[in-house]
Amino acid sequence: MSTKYFDHIASNPLLPEVLDAMMPYFKEQYGNPMSMYDLGMNAKQAIDTAREQVAALINAKPSEIIFTSSGAESNNFALKGMALARQGDGKHLIISKAEHHSVMNTARSLEKQGFVVTFVPVDKYGMVDPETVKKSITKETTVISITHASSEVGTIEPIKEIAAIAGEHKIGFHTDAVAAAGNMPVDVKDLGVDALSLSAHQFYGPKGAAAMFLKTGQRILPLIYGGVQEGGRRAGTENVPAIVGMGKAAELALANLTGRMAHVRQLRNRLTEGILKIEKVHATGHPQLRLPGLASFVIEYIEGEGMLLLLLAKGIYAASGSACTSKALKASPVLLSMGVPMSMAHGSIVFSLGIGNTAEDIDCCTEEFPKIVKRLRDMSPFAKEGWGAIAAEDGSKEGA
Amino acid sequence: MYSAKLMDHFTNPRNVGEIADADGVGMEGNPTCGDTMKLFIKVKDDVLTDVKFQTFGCGAAIAVSSMITEMAKGKTLADALAITKESVAEALDGLPPQKMHCSNLGADALRKAIEDYRSRQAQG
Repeated sequence: MSTKYFDHIASNPLLPEVLDAMMPYFKEQYGNPMSMYDLGMNAKQAIDTAREQVAALINAKPSEIIFTSSGAESNNFALKGMALARQGDGKHLIISKAEHHSVMNTARSLEKQGFVVTFVPVDKYGMVDPETVKKSITKETTVISITHASSEVGTIEPIKEIAAIAGEHKIGFHTDAVAAAGNMPVDVKDLGVDALSLSAHQFYGPKGAAAMFLKTGQRILPLIYGGVQEGGRRAGTENVPAIVGMGKAAELALANLTGRMAHVRQLRNRLTEGILKIEKVHATGHPQLRLPGLASFVIEYIEGEGMLLLLLAKGIYAASGSACTSKALKASPVLLSMGVPMSMAHGSIVFSLGIGNTAEDIDCCTEEFPKIVKRLRDMSPFAKEGWGAIAAEDGSKEGA
Repeated sequence: MYSAKLMDHFTNPRNVGEIADADGVGMEGNPTCGDTMKLFIKVKDDVLTDVKFQTFGCGAAIAVSSMITEMAKGKTLADALAITKESVAEALDGLPPQKMHCSNLGADALRKAIEDYRSRQAQG
């Protein structure tokens, strides 16, 4: 049975060219980039090249790229580092209710340190209204962070508009572009952002390498203190092979972006069309302004984990925001923030497509998935009579 | 994550469905994780002659439902009431710790179904 991998938002396979570029830095080129001899200088040179490649992907200057270990680290660094650097000006932050855990939980940790956080709502598509952000600004506001594109529902936020508002008020603006960068055009100059997070394994690079763009002149305090790596802003011996891999993956993503987007968009539309033929299925996220490879739904009367297990039995790999599939046993805060009732959020399913997927993969999924839905609905106490008592509890509406 | 036995009960669940003329029905739900189990029983001479289920929930919730129908069928009401969450989990070769409380609703649903049967009897 062949693997049909539709969970590219979780991680991507490494491209062979990327691995080839990394290999010498695992083997012969093992030097520490801080060392003055040739082994060190070669490693330093490799990091500089990667920095240029990553900068080019998002139209930044190489000096504006700080390498980190993960998207989560970049998000922690941006929010915490900017908030702490600016705390003399105020202690108010604004984020949305539909942020990734690494932004959400960083904001919550700052609350415990005396910062005040406003969590702006999203609409039914998961979209932030720039006007709401504007109205939330106080004299104390120093940092705003809004995700670029949602990894759960795919919605692309109006980053340019929000960045402009932040700019007018001299507020630092960060966007979590981990799901976006490398998968759609991301141009920091055009967007006008002060800081932006991106991660290599989201665009066929290795895990363990990520970056933060920090606009020239922006103040930040490090998360990790030590040596003068990354301009003193992120200490620690560089993960040279992973950084080299990130650079190569960024170069390939930039060169092939249009083709990759067209490929996954076409497949996504084919998949969405197939899945929406099933009754009582709702697409989540914005219908047009969305990541090209991401298709997300809620399937009424059944639960996500059951779907994932039965899909897996057919070689199909997907994801869900249902409570049962989360290790924390909590339904997706993103779906709940969009007004999706708890009962329906349990039926979340997310397919994120990649460059290795084919039309045959999609057709297999659209053939198997309706059978899986039927099988689980045949077991569900709600399938025949609707949500009934459950709906009264959490406000679900029939046919919502 | 799940034992082979649990996966077997999830992929080939026993006794799925409604009993239209059930003698007792028990519904149990966990509001946090959303798992909901509905159990239907037929009783003759104090013995569970048929047990069926409908479940909304994860793999563990469905497997627990399937297992409890097998465990309860043929038992006297008193013996059926002695089935515990722990014994259901044990019969499935264990449940992941986080699912032990969330998805292990079978024993409670069965108890409710038997209570329903008894209150129907009492009303004559």
